[in-house]
Amino acid sequence: MKKIFGRPAGLTETLQRYCPGCGHGIVHRIIGELLVKLDIRERTIGIAPVGCSVFADEYFNCDMIQPPHGRGPAVATGLKRTRPECIVFSYQGDGDLAAMGTSEIIHAAARNENITVIFINNAIFGMTGGQMAPTTLPGMKSTTSVKGRDIEKQGYPIRVCEMLASLDGPYYLERCAVDTPKNVIRSEKALKTAFMNQINNKGFSLVEILSMCPTGWGQTPVQAKKWLGEAMVQYYPLGVYRDRSKEEK
Amino acid sequence: MPEVKILEEVCKGCGFCCDNVCPVDILVLSPDRINSSGYHPAIVTDMEKCTGCGYCFKICPEPAIEIYK
Ligand SMILES: Cc1ncc(C[n+]2csc(CCOP(=O)(O)OP(=O)(O)O)c2C)c(N)n1
Ligand code: SF4
Ligand code: SF4
Ligand code: SF4
Ligand SMILES: [Mg+2]
Repeated sequence: MKKIFGRPAGLTETLQRYCPGCGHGIVHRIIGELLVKLDIRERTIGIAPVGCSVFADEYFNCDMIQPPHGRGPAVATGLKRTRPECIVFSYQGDGDLAAMGTSEIIHAAARNENITVIFINNAIFGMTGGQMAPTTLPGMKSTTSVKGRDIEKQGYPIRVCEMLASLDGPYYLERCAVDTPKNVIRSEKALKTAFMNQINNKGFSLVEILSMCPTGWGQTPVQAKKWLGEAMVQYYPLGVYRDRSKEEK
Repeated sequence: MPEVKILEEVCKGCGFCCDNVCPVDILVLSPDRINSSGYHPAIVTDMEKCTGCGYCFKICPEPAIEIYK
């Protein structure tokens, strides 16, 4: 018998220390597969964020670097410009990308840097104990919005794909989710496109992935999977927000 | 005939694969088995029915599932 599905060689054998039902693992598996399928593992440099996936350097079977919070796109810019033969991806959470690193991501997108950004939006600061993030939904409870996010006091969430789509710079922007096999397959396609764009020197690609954080949300894994599909997708519609390959045709 | 193997020690018992994912509904969390991390791993109830679609693998965060054909 032949193995048709299993742990990809783009991941190390190290078991991930994420909570049960954490969406990070699903996205790791997709990236691990692409490193092999696109034959880029040997020349890829990944950038781990600060957040629960800070240990991503132990999980991805490629070169990795781990800069301060939110600085992934700036470090990716430097790496890609000095080592253009390398494939550079920045893996970031919503706290990392939309709070601490808001400036870095906007300018990298505006410059259309030839990098791939994987943005894990779980609407919360997972690692530090479930505090409110810029992406926390209105009314959503967190340890710093115990009665639910009050838009009068705590403002509105940031929709990163829509915000970046207001810039002329970025080449490709898409929002996906990992709550169902169908959405996981869509995420696989989007991430492949985001890596292919860099291989073909097209420029800045970002894939936002709505991802479960059962622990931060105070839900069981199965509840979290459902809540993502019902509540989160409402506020963050899935789809392609920019694809300049369409304009080139 | 496809065969699904659950890596019991890797599974974290999240239950994703057992919840509206398998088209033939043959995955459940074992009430009796427990791994060294304290999780009840998923088990296959009727391997004969498996279509080898891979959905359980795709939704598994670990991944703790291997599929053979
Ligand atoms: C400049 C700075 N501010 C705050 C922190 C503390 N901190 C570490 S991880 C984190 C939250 C990360 O959340 P997110 O990026 O959404 O990742 P997740 O754990 O949810 O995947 C915070 C606030 C820090 N390390 N550096
Ligand atoms: S706290 Fe949330 S993001 Fe962090 S490992 Fe747990 S489920 Fe994943
Ligand atoms: S491969 Fe498909 S049919 Fe077989 S157990 Fe997994 S989800 Fe069910
Ligand atoms: S999805 Fe994976 S970790 Fe979760 S119960 Fe199924 S086999 Fe175990
Ligand atoms: Mg987060």
